[in-house]
Amino acid sequence: MNRLQSLFHLWVYLETTPLLGLAATLAVYRLAMLISVRLRGHALASPVLIAIVLLSCLLLATGTPYTAYFQGAQYVHFLLGPATVALAVPMYANLQRIRRHARAILPAVLAGSLVAAVSAMLIARVLGAPREIVLSLAPKSVTTPIAMGVAEQIGGNPSLAAIFVLLTGLCASVIGGPVWRAAGVARWHARGLSAGTAGHGIATARMLLLSETAGAFGGLAIGLNGIITAILVPLLATMLAG
Amino acid sequence: MPGPVVGLLILFVGLVARGRKGSPAVDANLRGTANGLLGNLSLLFVPAGVGVVTQLDVLGANLFPIAVAIVVSTALGLFVTGWVMQRLSGPDE
Repeated sequence: MNRLQSLFHLWVYLETTPLLGLAATLAVYRLAMLISVRLRGHALASPVLIAIVLLSCLLLATGTPYTAYFQGAQYVHFLLGPATVALAVPMYANLQRIRRHARAILPAVLAGSLVAAVSAMLIARVLGAPREIVLSLAPKSVTTPIAMGVAEQIGGNPSLAAIFVLLTGLCASVIGGPVWRAAGVARWHARGLSAGTAGHGIATARMLLLSETAGAFGGLAIGLNGIITAILVPLLATMLAG
Repeated sequence: MPGPVVGLLILFVGLVARGRKGSPAVDANLRGTANGLLGNLSLLFVPAGVGVVTQLDVLGANLFPIAVAIVVSTALGLFVTGWVMQRLSGPDE
């Protein structure tokens, strides 16, 4: 009882400082990594998903508003921007490979990017989703900071976009294998490029465990699709959102 | 265009320019920073993802269209990119 009380006092203290969100994010992520290893790295047992579910439950259970949590967590969130910039380093490291396959890479990423964005918006619209959701789905295949920026620009909701990005990455990690078998895609560079285009960093992180080539092409696809999406999705959105 | 994309392009062009001069484009400092950020990429998604708690009503009310749109469009994107890449590219590495 005493211990519980002191824990409660600690919580009350931390709740008033930005430290809470930061400490909770790092601690829960660490815990999520341990759980993920225990579950033998199944695609759905990703540390991101586990951490988000645990933290969300924690916020709801303690009645902590998201804004209070984000005051601390923003320091982690902020690093997404620099991390996106850092993608230039693996892209540069693969410059030779990119040059050699340029004629295949550009059409492949462009086609996959357009198909994913257009089909997501059309399906959501036909099934009766409100405009805000349709627009927030448009940039879902790219990495979070780009998706949030694009969503804001076209009148979607950045928070929803961030969630859709996450769900898309997890979805791509789970269905990648069966889809590639159905499409007859056996080669690692094609699988990696496909994972990076359709499932950004989350699907690519998984590919890295299987093949370095796949990881390299995945990283390349994340950067390229980010650029393509930032340019084309605002145009598509005005045509398709209705 | 979002700031991070602009930054990505600037860094990429800078690296290509530096590499042309013959010096190693990516020095130990830059490599360490980039690896540190990219190696912990999944952690960085967490704060934005927890934003789900503020959107539970909207998500709950539109669960079906969202789920179908995400699963189908992701499958199509994976299929098209992989298929085009395999068709157009020469031999692997």
